[in-house]
Amino acid sequence: MRKAVLTRFTIFFIAVIVSVIYLLPTFVPNLPSWWHSVFPGEPIRLGLDLQGGSHLVLDVKVDKAIENNMERMKLDLINQLREKAIGGVTVDRVEGTLLHIKAPAADADRVRGLFKSDFASLIEAKPTQTVGGASEFYLTLSKEELRALRDYAVDQSLETIRNRIDQFGVSEPVIQRQGQTGILIQLPGIQDPQRAKEIIGKTALLEFKLVDDNANVDDAIKNGPPPGREVLYGHAGKGLGGAADKQAYVLESRALMTGEYIQDAKVRPAQQMEGASVELILNASGARLFEQITSSNVKRRLAIVLDGRVYSAPVIQERIGGGRASITGSFDIKEARDLSIVLRAGALPAPVEIAEERTVGPSLGSDSIRQGVMSFVVGITLVIAFMIFYYRGAGVLADVALVFHILFLLAILAALQAVLTLPGIAGIVLIAGMAVDANVLINERIREELRAGRAPRSAVQAGFEHALPAIIDTNVTTFLSGVILFQFGTGPIKGFAVTLCIGLLTTIITAVYMTRVYYDYRVSVGKLARISI
Amino acid sequence: MELIKPGINIPFTKYRYIAVVLSSVVNLAVIIMLFVKGPILGVDFAGGTVVQLKFQQRASIEQVRSALGSLATTETVIQDFGDPGSNEYLLRLEKTSVELGSLSEQLREALTKQFGAGQFEIRRIESVGPKVGRELRQQGAWSVVAATIMMGFYIWFRFDLRFGLGAVIALVHDVLVTIGALMLAQYEFDLTIVAALLTIVGFSVNDTVIICDRVRENMRKIRRESLEYVINLSINETLSRTIITTGTAILVLIALYVLGGGVIRPFAFALLVGFFSGVYSTIFIASPVILLWDKRTVAKKK
Repeated sequence: MRKAVLTRFTIFFIAVIVSVIYLLPTFVPNLPSWWHSVFPGEPIRLGLDLQGGSHLVLDVKVDKAIENNMERMKLDLINQLREKAIGGVTVDRVEGTLLHIKAPAADADRVRGLFKSDFASLIEAKPTQTVGGASEFYLTLSKEELRALRDYAVDQSLETIRNRIDQFGVSEPVIQRQGQTGILIQLPGIQDPQRAKEIIGKTALLEFKLVDDNANVDDAIKNGPPPGREVLYGHAGKGLGGAADKQAYVLESRALMTGEYIQDAKVRPAQQMEGASVELILNASGARLFEQITSSNVKRRLAIVLDGRVYSAPVIQERIGGGRASITGSFDIKEARDLSIVLRAGALPAPVEIAEERTVGPSLGSDSIRQGVMSFVVGITLVIAFMIFYYRGAGVLADVALVFHILFLLAILAALQAVLTLPGIAGIVLIAGMAVDANVLINERIREELRAGRAPRSAVQAGFEHALPAIIDTNVTTFLSGVILFQFGTGPIKGFAVTLCIGLLTTIITAVYMTRVYYDYRVSVGKLARISI
Repeated sequence: MELIKPGINIPFTKYRYIAVVLSSVVNLAVIIMLFVKGPILGVDFAGGTVVQLKFQQRASIEQVRSALGSLATTETVIQDFGDPGSNEYLLRLEKTSVELGSLSEQLREALTKQFGAGQFEIRRIESVGPKVGRELRQQGAWSVVAATIMMGFYIWFRFDLRFGLGAVIALVHDVLVTIGALMLAQYEFDLTIVAALLTIVGFSVNDTVIICDRVRENMRKIRRESLEYVINLSINETLSRTIITTGTAILVLIALYVLGGGVIRPFAFALLVGFFSGVYSTIFIASPVILLWDKRTVAKKK
């Protein structure tokens, strides 16, 4: 008996030591450096609502990415038809992902052969119809292909955004997928959330397009651009007084080159008469392509278009080798820096929209911590006082168990690096009020057994035995609702669910196991003739 | 010390008809309130934007509204927030920052014009798009329903079908009473309220578990008496535990309500109401359901 008690006591003692080790980094800010090399553990992680920061959920407009992809396929198909010298075929994108192909009936088999062999991701939406010597095909994307494209668009966006955030410089950001098309981003301790949002949310699709100098801009605006042309407007930068440069351009719709060839982007500080600019350094194949484009279009104007805005449209004076180009647009230095970040990180495959934003300033966070700690201290003190008042000796025991419960709970939070939020603190306070339930059940039971005339020793024994099933059941039910809450909740609420569930486990350990060890100890030394309860 | 004297025998089950009528009326009233007026939805569920502002010096709601200029529409709600004298306000805008563009920038400009730089602080902005709001609303409602049903199944599995049914009805009662109290107190419904409701479901069922546990134990010991007698005895025997456990929980909740700040206050309020209701419903609602069910099944068997 005595040996069993000693073993249990040792286990318990080790648990306390380990907990203290895990908690020291949280409560002692300036630990000597050798500590971290010897012992594990980081400080308890604070949620965004306590340390300040931004929580964003972006919705990736995947349908747009799929449409873009469809448009590319259409152009591909037209090119292939031209190469294979199949004439008189029209290809249109009817809506979303539906392609309509009209070909002379004589060529129907060759057309079908082409998309069967080279466009495996396309399937026939409707059976082919042949009316008056012309065959009509309706092609669309298969379900698997659609799903793959969607996934790809979201994954690719996530990677790009991760790159951008890394370059922007945020410590310990969280970037992960949420649901089908969402991306969850958490930026702790961020100073300028507005700027972060602009960097994250920019599509940053860079295109080089030729200006059509023969077209009349006013006509194009009034009557719509001629076929193969489009009207785009200039970009108004923030630098140099931010003159509203809303000039209109008529451009050839076809992009000669896009931003995918960019190897690096550097900021050039403002010169005397112009704002800061961003210099692009292209990779080898980009440099070759750019050289080819510039050499065949000397004296024409090449527009640099970012997300549908013309940044500049310089005249190509001569062939440009070496793979360097620069974007000017009366930027201030901050704008130029942000632009270089998004260009380096690459374009998003689809536009994104901010579906949810929660930003907390650092001062509110520290206020919340203060309020949380305050209600914690007061709440626990009330419970401790009440238990001593009501149960005397057994109350003190329950209170000791309560203190160890809090120690274990915090240590587990630190060890798991679970995030502590304001509702999480509320959860700790609440669970402290509920933690004594197990001891109340046991004590009430012991009292009953004592009243029934049992000796203290067997009353304690019976009290624990009879109370245990109910204790387990009550904890399981609360735990279940905690799990559901964890499934459903976001950010701060998840923090509450976590402290609730961990707290229920530690409660059982301290309130049942630990107090039991104490009574067993008294039995083992033969001193359980009287109990204070 | 003893709050409840041992051997106490309050005939709780006698009052069951009054209790059932009273509770049905209250629950019906809440349901009608839900359908007619509906709860005030926070941005989590309705979409829109909440901004928490703190001023260095006293500023009136009218001043804030006029400073906002065109940012504030007739639908914009401006209200005091936080502790008295903290000069904090909560703005509620219908639109989200997506539609409004760089909202924090615009706010800062408008407020600086009126109050001067450094005289105010934008402490928090929460913006939720309508689509997310709708999703969260559905998920929130479902999670509460799912938790309630789960508790019923757990009790069925551990005890008995009629106990499970009694527990579910008692839980529905607690959730409805809490929702009603929140609506009367004009609190907004958001994610923290759902967290509170789920906690109520998980905690309130504990009392039912304890009483069921005791009923089962007593039924083995006492075979001659009626079920009503056994249930009443069990409620009385566990009464002291029920009151003390709920009491300690209420102590910490009062601390949270008073000291926890503006975000935690509605949460603590909901739990306070729910826990009180939980004690009542276990004694007066769950037990009669068990009794009613039992009488019917007994009658059928005969």
